[in-house]
Amino acid sequence: MPAKKLNLRKRYELLTRGMGWETTHHDMDDVFPYDSFEGIKITDWDKWEDPFRLTMDAYWKFQAEKEKKLYAVIDSFAQNNGQTNLSDASYLSAIKLFITGVTPIEYAAHRGFAHLGRHFRGDGARVACQMQAIDELRHQQTQVHTISHYNKHFNGLHDPFYQFDRVWYLSVPKSFAEDAMTAGPFEFITSISFAFEYVLTNMLFVPFMSGAAYNGDMATVTFGFSAQSDESRHMTLGLEIIKFMLEQHEDNLPIVQRWMDKHFWRAYRLLALVSAMQDYMLTNSPLSWKEAWDVYFVENGGALFEDLSRYGLRMPKYHELATAEADHLSHQVWSVFCLLGNATGFHTFLPTEEKMDWLSEKYPDTFDKYYRPRFEHWAKQKEEGTFKYLEALPQLCQVCQIPMIFTEVETDPMQLSFRASEYKGDKYNTCSDGCKDIFDHEPEKYAQAWLPVHQIFQGNCGGATIPEVLEWYKFAPEDGGDYIGSQDHARWQEWKGTDKKVKEA
Amino acid sequence: MSIEISAKTIQPVRLSYGNLKERFGDKKPASRYQEAVYDIQPTANFHYRPLWDKNHELYDASRTAIVMEDWYSFADPRQYYYGTYTIARAKQQDVAEHNFAFVDKRDLFDSVPEEVKQAAREILVPLRHVEWAANMNNCQITDECYGSNFSTVAMFNAMDRLGMAQYVTRLGLLLDGNEETSLDAGKKAWMEAPEWQGLRHAIEDMFVLDDWFELMVAQNFVLDGLVFPLLYDRFEKKLTTDGGATIAMLTEFMDDWYKETVRWTNALAKVTAKESEANQELLSEWTNKWTDRLVGALEPVAAKAFGADGIEQLTEVKEELLARLTKNGITGLKRS
Ligand SMILES: [Fe+2]
Ligand SMILES: [Fe+2]
Ligand SMILES: [Zn+2]
Repeated sequence: MPAKKLNLRKRYELLTRGMGWETTHHDMDDVFPYDSFEGIKITDWDKWEDPFRLTMDAYWKFQAEKEKKLYAVIDSFAQNNGQTNLSDASYLSAIKLFITGVTPIEYAAHRGFAHLGRHFRGDGARVACQMQAIDELRHQQTQVHTISHYNKHFNGLHDPFYQFDRVWYLSVPKSFAEDAMTAGPFEFITSISFAFEYVLTNMLFVPFMSGAAYNGDMATVTFGFSAQSDESRHMTLGLEIIKFMLEQHEDNLPIVQRWMDKHFWRAYRLLALVSAMQDYMLTNSPLSWKEAWDVYFVENGGALFEDLSRYGLRMPKYHELATAEADHLSHQVWSVFCLLGNATGFHTFLPTEEKMDWLSEKYPDTFDKYYRPRFEHWAKQKEEGTFKYLEALPQLCQVCQIPMIFTEVETDPMQLSFRASEYKGDKYNTCSDGCKDIFDHEPEKYAQAWLPVHQIFQGNCGGATIPEVLEWYKFAPEDGGDYIGSQDHARWQEWKGTDKKVKEA
Repeated sequence: MSIEISAKTIQPVRLSYGNLKERFGDKKPASRYQEAVYDIQPTANFHYRPLWDKNHELYDASRTAIVMEDWYSFADPRQYYYGTYTIARAKQQDVAEHNFAFVDKRDLFDSVPEEVKQAAREILVPLRHVEWAANMNNCQITDECYGSNFSTVAMFNAMDRLGMAQYVTRLGLLLDGNEETSLDAGKKAWMEAPEWQGLRHAIEDMFVLDDWFELMVAQNFVLDGLVFPLLYDRFEKKLTTDGGATIAMLTEFMDDWYKETVRWTNALAKVTAKESEANQELLSEWTNKWTDRLVGALEPVAAKAFGADGIEQLTEVKEELLARLTKNGITGLKRS
């Protein structure tokens, strides 16, 4: 008997749907207790369009092929001491920031999507989230394996996950991830899949990956590109979930819009760290933060939101401010890292003449006017031996947890931007209208934040002095401070010197 | 030549990440398994309580009554991290694919006696719902567990169960030339046929269990410890004797999978029971509770599958399971 032909769509449906059932011994609301409290109304989960039709057998097969290739590159990179082909060892500050600040978010995404993979009521949505949950585990694990070789040869990469839970600037990514994870499932996926992965992913990915390519870091390039096909699935999921919520019920629009506003701002503030990485840590920068923002957010993001306007969704609130800040962001963030370079787990360094010329070119309206003078001043102080790190701890924004360094770029770029709210008789400071709005909408949530500086003052971080706190962070003395004169620097010179001598011989 | 010389002069300054150095020393580089799964999960300084569970921190060891001094005492004996896991499964799926293609191309089902096909429809096809539930339950464990070694092993298990639910579905489609009647009948049986209702009830009770480690025991120790030997092994053998070797070919994946999986469940039982008297008591309480419940639920299925022989088959499987768990440190089990 010749078998009936099944088209792919139908076949996939049979392989994902219809295996779940309406429970009869327990109310479905008890089996899926978390997917209604946020107020999102889903009238028909069957309308969910699976964004990628991948059965497990195909998944294992494709992913195994990718893993074989990736680990072959990682192995040969280690065998051939690929680290010696970097543009400069100072570039590794970017990788130090990556493994301490980004890799732990991959793990967070793994757990967050596992939560959704169990708790969304729709079978198709659950399967999509599970696939992403295991992908994100992949990203965490492959990043740890790739960067392992750097850890063997450089400082500052030895305890990324321990540090993620404690270090002052790592509470920026940590609180970002935990914000989404502690929210309901629909808000989580709006935050991670849409605001972060769909709207802003290129702002993270391009700087790190093409930055790696520009600086001879073939290991990072390889895992980055290997993860890209996963990411394109994740982005599709992000778009699908937004459309699905908006198509299911008109009451969902204001909720989704508010989440969009909130998580756009939250993710954007997290990316402030990336802006500094992109413009200052990379020895050779493929493109500036501002250029990336113009292409990936203003142009591409603008087109996306135009497309979504048919659902009634508008651009996220304060996006104009983010665009105006693009001229200032990286300079302000790198400045604070340089001033607190005694308390970072990566090396800081002042921009070279060449770098400053590049910055002048990329930021013609702001760099020479506002920022070049300060870097030159610090350079002079360093030469004279009068440069001092900040001894006082900075005040942090209650929401994004970045030190209060941002300014009123639209009116007076030298004026600090400072907002405050009151909640139950206490005062809470925020860095911007975006962060203040977020606080004011859920003060009970953001009042809980584990603010590193408060915690230090309360004696919860190893002691009252900077060396005690750094020890508690497991920052070794050789991990931070100036790159010039560091162990990493010395080692680099030794390799390059050896190379030179061998070549001469 | 120059490369060789410089490569020789480059000595690493450390061999492992700090957490692994603390755990395993710095004499040799850590393994990829160790790097991938140890101490990745956050353990401290959480920012916000989950809106969906205000009684716990985001990651909270007290989501189970099991207490471990170090949640990383458990290590997967297979040493699976994502790369080795997918590569292992890719090989197995290659064999499975080959088997499915072979059966399809040669029309091997044509020679399987109708009673055997019917038996497969009635006993094997409903198992797609059982695997689907196992997927949900392991996803629940991934969500709620404590430690990245646990979330890794549970995540892989969850995806395996989805894969196996899909293999059973494909078997169901082959049984009727893609007419879907077998799948529809299987679902109807799962929802209504008396022999499946006890099991479905027990599984629905598992969906709402509070303690993820109890769910681990109920699903991965007990239910799997009964269903796989009874239905994918013994029942398949019976089908083979009756002329259904073709069907057994299509569930080879499940057989291999189970042999592999008991390695980590055994290791987990051992480590957890050894930790303390209290853990050991919880494990035996949960094992007894779910063995009673699930053996009872499987009795009508066994009777349907094996006829008069069914209860004896089930009892043997149960005894094997309890003997194995006892050997791995869960004492105080109620043997018949
Ligand atoms: Fe990722
Ligand atoms: Fe992703
Ligand atoms: Zn802020």
